[in-house]
Amino acid sequence: MAELTKQGIGRILAKQGILIAFVIFMIGFALANPRFIDIDNISGVIRSSAILGVMALGVTFVVIGGNLDLSVGSMMSFSTIVVLDLHDKIGPTLAIPAMFGLTLGLGAFIGFLVGYLKLNSLIVTLGMLSAIHGLTLTWSGGQNMDIADKEGTWFSVFGQGEIAGVPVPILIFAALAIVLSLVLSKTPFGRKVYAVGGNGKAATFSGIPRARIVFMTYLISAFCVACAGLLQASRSLGSQNTVGQGLELEVLAAVILGGASLLGGSGTIFKTVIGVLILGFIQNGLLLMGLAFYVQYVVTWVIIILAVWLDIAAKRGRLWSQIA
Amino acid sequence: MNKDILLKQGAIWAFIVVELVFFSVAGSYLSVSDSAFMDFDNMLLLLKQSAPIGIIAVGMTIIMINGNIDLSVGATYALSAIVLLDSMTWPFMQDLGDWAIPFAWMFALTTGIVLGAINGLIVWKTGVDAFIVTLGSMLGYRGLVFMYNGEQPTSHLNWTLVDFAEAQFLGLHTATWFLLGATLLLWLLMTRTVHGRNAYAIGNNREAAVNAGIRVGPHFLWNFMLIGFLASLSAVVFYSESGSVNPNDGMLYELWAITAVVLGGTKLTGGYGSIISTLGGVIAIQLLRKGLGHIGADTETVNLVIGLILIAVLFLDRQLNRKGKEELKT
Amino acid sequence: MTDQTPVLRLEDIVKTFPGVRALDGVSFSVLPGEVHALMGENGAGKSTLMKVLGGILQPNEGSIFIEEEPTVMVTPAQAKAKGVVFIHQELSLADELTVAENIWLGELPRKSLGRVNWTKLYDDTNAILKTLNVGFDAKTRVGDLSIANQQMVEIARALTVDPKAVIFDEPTASLTDAEKVVLFDVIADLQSKGVGIIYISHRMEEIFKITDRISVLRDGQYRGTLTTRETNEEDVTKLMIGRSLDLSRNESHHEMGDVALEVRGLSCGKLYQDVSFSVRKGEVLGFYGLVGAGRTEIAETLFGLRDPSAGQILLNGQEVRIKSPIDAIANGISLVPEDRKGQGLVLGMNCRDNMTLPQVDDLTAGPFVSDGAEVAIFDQYRDKLDIRTPGWRQTVGNLSGGNQQKIVIGKWLSMRPEVLIVDEPTRGIDVGSKSEIHNLIRDLAAQGYAVIVISSEMPEVLHVSDRIVAMYSGKVMREFTSEEVTEDSLIQAISGIINGKVA
Repeated sequence: MAELTKQGIGRILAKQGILIAFVIFMIGFALANPRFIDIDNISGVIRSSAILGVMALGVTFVVIGGNLDLSVGSMMSFSTIVVLDLHDKIGPTLAIPAMFGLTLGLGAFIGFLVGYLKLNSLIVTLGMLSAIHGLTLTWSGGQNMDIADKEGTWFSVFGQGEIAGVPVPILIFAALAIVLSLVLSKTPFGRKVYAVGGNGKAATFSGIPRARIVFMTYLISAFCVACAGLLQASRSLGSQNTVGQGLELEVLAAVILGGASLLGGSGTIFKTVIGVLILGFIQNGLLLMGLAFYVQYVVTWVIIILAVWLDIAAKRGRLWSQIA
Repeated sequence: MNKDILLKQGAIWAFIVVELVFFSVAGSYLSVSDSAFMDFDNMLLLLKQSAPIGIIAVGMTIIMINGNIDLSVGATYALSAIVLLDSMTWPFMQDLGDWAIPFAWMFALTTGIVLGAINGLIVWKTGVDAFIVTLGSMLGYRGLVFMYNGEQPTSHLNWTLVDFAEAQFLGLHTATWFLLGATLLLWLLMTRTVHGRNAYAIGNNREAAVNAGIRVGPHFLWNFMLIGFLASLSAVVFYSESGSVNPNDGMLYELWAITAVVLGGTKLTGGYGSIISTLGGVIAIQLLRKGLGHIGADTETVNLVIGLILIAVLFLDRQLNRKGKEELKT
Repeated sequence: MTDQTPVLRLEDIVKTFPGVRALDGVSFSVLPGEVHALMGENGAGKSTLMKVLGGILQPNEGSIFIEEEPTVMVTPAQAKAKGVVFIHQELSLADELTVAENIWLGELPRKSLGRVNWTKLYDDTNAILKTLNVGFDAKTRVGDLSIANQQMVEIARALTVDPKAVIFDEPTASLTDAEKVVLFDVIADLQSKGVGIIYISHRMEEIFKITDRISVLRDGQYRGTLTTRETNEEDVTKLMIGRSLDLSRNESHHEMGDVALEVRGLSCGKLYQDVSFSVRKGEVLGFYGLVGAGRTEIAETLFGLRDPSAGQILLNGQEVRIKSPIDAIANGISLVPEDRKGQGLVLGMNCRDNMTLPQVDDLTAGPFVSDGAEVAIFDQYRDKLDIRTPGWRQTVGNLSGGNQQKIVIGKWLSMRPEVLIVDEPTRGIDVGSKSEIHNLIRDLAAQGYAVIVISSEMPEVLHVSDRIVAMYSGKVMREFTSEEVTEDSLIQAISGIINGKVA
């Protein structure tokens, strides 16, 4: 009996390891530097994580549906450049829907290739990473994109505004997280995403339109990317062509950190948000300790491996299980 | 059945021929330069320029035949380059004169092997999927690159080294020789040795390989060390000549290498693939880059075209493997 | 026989997994030249025991003796080197590699520098293949071989060493009758060389045909050994499940309604041609034939997963076109697929979600899934089908095969279909649950469902069907009523021998 309890504790430790590690990590940083848990600092971290976070919400759908999306970074560059360019040409009121339309179009194209044509999502989105990057460069002519009148536009509200003292990016991130969490966990559509990712064949044999569900996950991902692009463009009001470069892997890291399996069928929006926050607070904590931004890469690496390792160790009941 | 193999292995070379013909013909109408595309020197240069990605891609082939993937090669490449250039500025190394070169090479190559071994050990000992392990170390190794010299470039020019790197032997550049050498050795490894055949067996049916007593973990470790070595070899060859490395160098190299491997027809799930076809994939990509430049297309279109070609290849592969109308619609 | 030295002897083997005692003091021995059957329900510990013998798992207690030498085997390769060879149930071959490379997997002959000695490899392989009398050679790619020939490659692996004991784990699961004959010849040949054989199978007729002794496991415990010649199926079954089993033919005929489903001249390319049959409400129509005869493909066509190249499907007299499973479900056709884990269930999902998956769109309150409605459906069918699970939150992957199958059946019953197609209803399900599933199928027919049962097991088809369609190589050979069918005529029909009227 005593042995069982011990095992149980071990299992809980392993299962909630990521959350526990997060809490210990926060306490450690808070002790080292009280400014860390200052409300302004926390709000600042969430705010700067919002862009990554919004993208991670969409990718969570794709990953649970059993696929990968490596194109979100370059797609985010695209939306940012497009909305900035169109801002001066047709005005923000038209630029925003136009940018959403184009980004959703790209998402639909990927969704068509992966969902309906059943092509391997890793390679398709790898190809799209490159293709969309080319598209962005063609659109901008390789130049940085800037809004002419940076002071006089209301467009900056998404990235810089505040409502009742809360920064707008946080509100958008929170609202999207809540809505998408409900969609994923409570609606028939969400259930089907889990089924398609968990066992695509069984889903088909249960009369679930697998192709359409996969297509929809990419559309959701593209929508989130468009929101992220909007936040990015509105925050800086100017951008390089490569603003989203490398984000696809950081996004994936956040989703994995949250515990979604790359095989599909598992994960939640809540866990992804935790994953995003962990990455954000690591970066912040290290900066407060006076370390350069790149130290977080190394720490992130260690944390991802530990998190995934603990996760699979919890499932098989022991830590050291070599692959023969 | 033999027709199948011919089709699979011949496709990439046919594609290269199509590219050559297309760019030669289109070039004679559109060319922004006077020289012909199929110019001999141009082709030699092309091989040389293929070397950095190519040396990595042949290594990526064995990793992907295993059913794994390595996303950290770009960062390994950058860190090895830094070690190569920086080590030559160390006091004791400067005392050695040109004898510092072999030591610098050795340090750089050791870096690659060690980084590869770290990946391999984690994959072996924890059982975490290689995609996740190397995704993590891609970030981690890049962090190490930055920690080495901040955001500053690391530079050191050694003229003996530059001369060596720019030398031509039998008409081929040093880098080309390294590419061909790496390809030949890996080809021999994959087709002639027990280790190579085991690599296919593991990718094809991992459980069967385990049950047959093949030690999959150490096998993976060797292969990750091999690709780490090749990534740093690639860096050594390239930076011997250029002499300056930025902390962002080598980014997205993993994606280019994977693209080349996939163009070469290696199965994503593992168990099938060929080193020679990967070389074809590498050359095809480089041809496309040069060719688009030759006909006056903007450099940015290269990304667009390569991305779309990758998807088209995947689509064609799917169509060729279809069983027609009788197929189960799942 | 008793004074021979056993080639292999197990003594009080105990193997525990966290929370489970998978093997609890198992002892038995295999004599040279003996075929020793190992039987037990799924979960009785057979596979664990075999893994212990094959060096894949280590026992916690007890000892293994090879020719009375105490032995410890840590890896499969070690076990093989000691003469204990395990031929797996699921083919474990690398299909991109050649026959020779597969046979010598993990022990390819080497030259200097780690190179493969191809000459020796091919010579040795061809020598082994010669003794097996097969029609392919060492350089053939395994992916190009038929399933039966791949099985022969598996067996050839056992012959690379001088085996003392060979373990066959359900070797006939995917073999045709003709191929079984070859397999049994190979076993007889090994036997004559004094090799001890451990033979695991669920199929009684095989067990009684080729084995000398039968050992039975139940719940991880050794229940006893019977001499095959002195026992019968009933005794073995009793030992396995602790009670006797009803294996009679279907006699009960109840009222049948109108024709629910009729198929006229249906074809699908090379898979099957010109298939016609009908099934009434309240009737069970059995489809019997060898693997690859086209039965599953017909079911898949009816369920909208394949496009027919010709022919008509009529439901209640009306012609319908079924292009996808969604159409099929809308028309009241349901399919319990052959591959339960691969096609029937999302193993990582809980019981309730799996059961309500096809109708989740209809179980909503506002935009959200209604928890109450789902649980109500689950509870109803759990009681109706007697599904044994701690609760609806249980992950389906943790249930036994029989309970999993009931979840799949419940999934479709809750949709109130008109036609229920059940493909291999009891594959991989233990003897006890088998009869439960059979009774369930009869009950469903009695309630007025039109049921189509596809099976490769003759007792099963005989037991549940009102009528039986015999198929051979994509064609319907003959249709039997349960009164006129005999085992002989059925076997002839599915072997392509035309006798009497041709359907």
